[in-house]
Amino acid sequence: MTLIHARGLVKRFGDFTAVDGIDVDVQRGEAFGFLGPNGAGKSSTMRMIGCVSPPTGGVLRILDLDPHRDGPAIRARLGVCPQLDNLDLELTVRENLTTYARFFGIPRKVARARADELLDFVQLTERAGSKVEPLSGGMKRRLTIARALVNEPEIVLLDEPTTGLDPQARHLVWERLFRLKQQGVTLVLTTHYMDEAEQLCDRLVVMDGGRIVAEGSPRALIERYSTREVVELRFNAESQDVFAGKLAGVGERLEVLPDRILLYVADGDDAVAEVQRRALSPASVLVRRSSLEDVFLHLTGRTLVD
Amino acid sequence: MTRFVLEYHLVAYRRVWRGSVLSSFVLPLLTMLGFGVGVGTYVTGGVDGVPYLDWIVPGLIASTAMQVAIGDSSWPVLGGFEWQRIYFGQAAAPLRVADILDGHLAFVVFRTLTSCAAFLVIATAFGAMHSWWALATLPVAALVGLAVATPTFAYAATIRVDSYLAVLFRLGVIPMSLFSGVFFPVESLLGPLRWIAYALPLWHGVELSRAATLGVAPAWSLVGHVLYLSLWAGAGWLLAHRQFTRRLVV
Repeated sequence: MTLIHARGLVKRFGDFTAVDGIDVDVQRGEAFGFLGPNGAGKSSTMRMIGCVSPPTGGVLRILDLDPHRDGPAIRARLGVCPQLDNLDLELTVRENLTTYARFFGIPRKVARARADELLDFVQLTERAGSKVEPLSGGMKRRLTIARALVNEPEIVLLDEPTTGLDPQARHLVWERLFRLKQQGVTLVLTTHYMDEAEQLCDRLVVMDGGRIVAEGSPRALIERYSTREVVELRFNAESQDVFAGKLAGVGERLEVLPDRILLYVADGDDAVAEVQRRALSPASVLVRRSSLEDVFLHLTGRTLVD
Repeated sequence: MTRFVLEYHLVAYRRVWRGSVLSSFVLPLLTMLGFGVGVGTYVTGGVDGVPYLDWIVPGLIASTAMQVAIGDSSWPVLGGFEWQRIYFGQAAAPLRVADILDGHLAFVVFRTLTSCAAFLVIATAFGAMHSWWALATLPVAALVGLAVATPTFAYAATIRVDSYLAVLFRLGVIPMSLFSGVFFPVESLLGPLRWIAYALPLWHGVELSRAATLGVAPAWSLVGHVLYLSLWAGAGWLLAHRQFTRRLVV
């Protein structure tokens, strides 16, 4: 069943077009991602799906309802984890969940029981009675995720769920989101971290400048738009450009970044051998597998995180 | 849905209510002693045939309604958009903009009513109430509260930094408290100033409040005062709803 259906979806703010005619279908039980750099139109898309931002054009149906007419009815069945936390810092961790549950008309007793379950799920039971203010960024984010689950939503929208978190806190959030995914909850997330997209998304679209430039599973995208392996070469020189010519023909493709050269190849070790044969001596050599970062670089000529 | 938003604000209030109750009683007590008893000793002839204390108390109740209502709808509303951003969380739930606005307004009315009730209790202890009609100061306080809270909501939802709130207090709240017939009859004001007092909502509340505690009919039409305050509340609500929608549905 298609939970989110968009055709030619457009969002404009005055002269600025944030979302420029995108087509998206999200199925039940899927973990779907919008991958792209800041300003690609991901958050604008999420806000339209969250029924807090009316589309400027195109078709959008959520849970087979019209966001314009049935906004509250749709929102009752969504869980939203926004990019910026908007928890009540003065309330306790638990009260943040119980008061929010009431906005969905959930009876107090049920709200209390669900708050306890969710605090257990996001591993915040020990902090239930403490205020939100002193919590770490990772804890606040987990609480926001718990709050998004308080109405047992059919779709959970996560806008940049781990942006600003340290690596350990990120992994804890990923692990919880992975658990949700296993439980069959439909997840829709935006991210500019390729590793996040690779770990969590069954399917994703790559966005750039308000448009979708590619779509597929992480693996399919990599297979289609990149090679199996990548060799990263760093040369001790003002500019990497001069070495680009000398590397011509090594591998299928080559990208020159300000600080390194990427060689797209089927076999990394073969390519490194060829580089040595040409008597080039890079300061460092790294062979790695292709990632979504390479897909994005290939499609847009830019890196995801500047 | 509005009641769930009110409920949220009451839960949040539970953390700070002790401090606010203390100030709800201490502040009127101090003003009563300072202005009523202190200044009152010099106003030996009274005003309009009643002792100065009895004359000033109903004005202070209406003025308290105005100050509490504006205080509770300025920083909290700005913070709801700019600092804690709680409104955005509420907008993601199945609430409409009107529910978010009305729930918060209901809480401001609650705060206005409880503060004025405390004042009423203290003033009664000082013997300043002349009639059972004094109880009517409470609905009047609620109406004054709404008349000033709704435009304040609209204003606080428009600005992005709190220095603009200082402007509101210096150019709005303080002059309105001073020149709305709370401390002296507006008839003492020069022509144009007097018309400004008539135009602002507080004077109408002061007139109604004073008529109630003294147990007399207001000098102007009762219905006229009520309608005029309702007009402020209604127009303010429309402005606030427009500004809230602009911020929450973009």
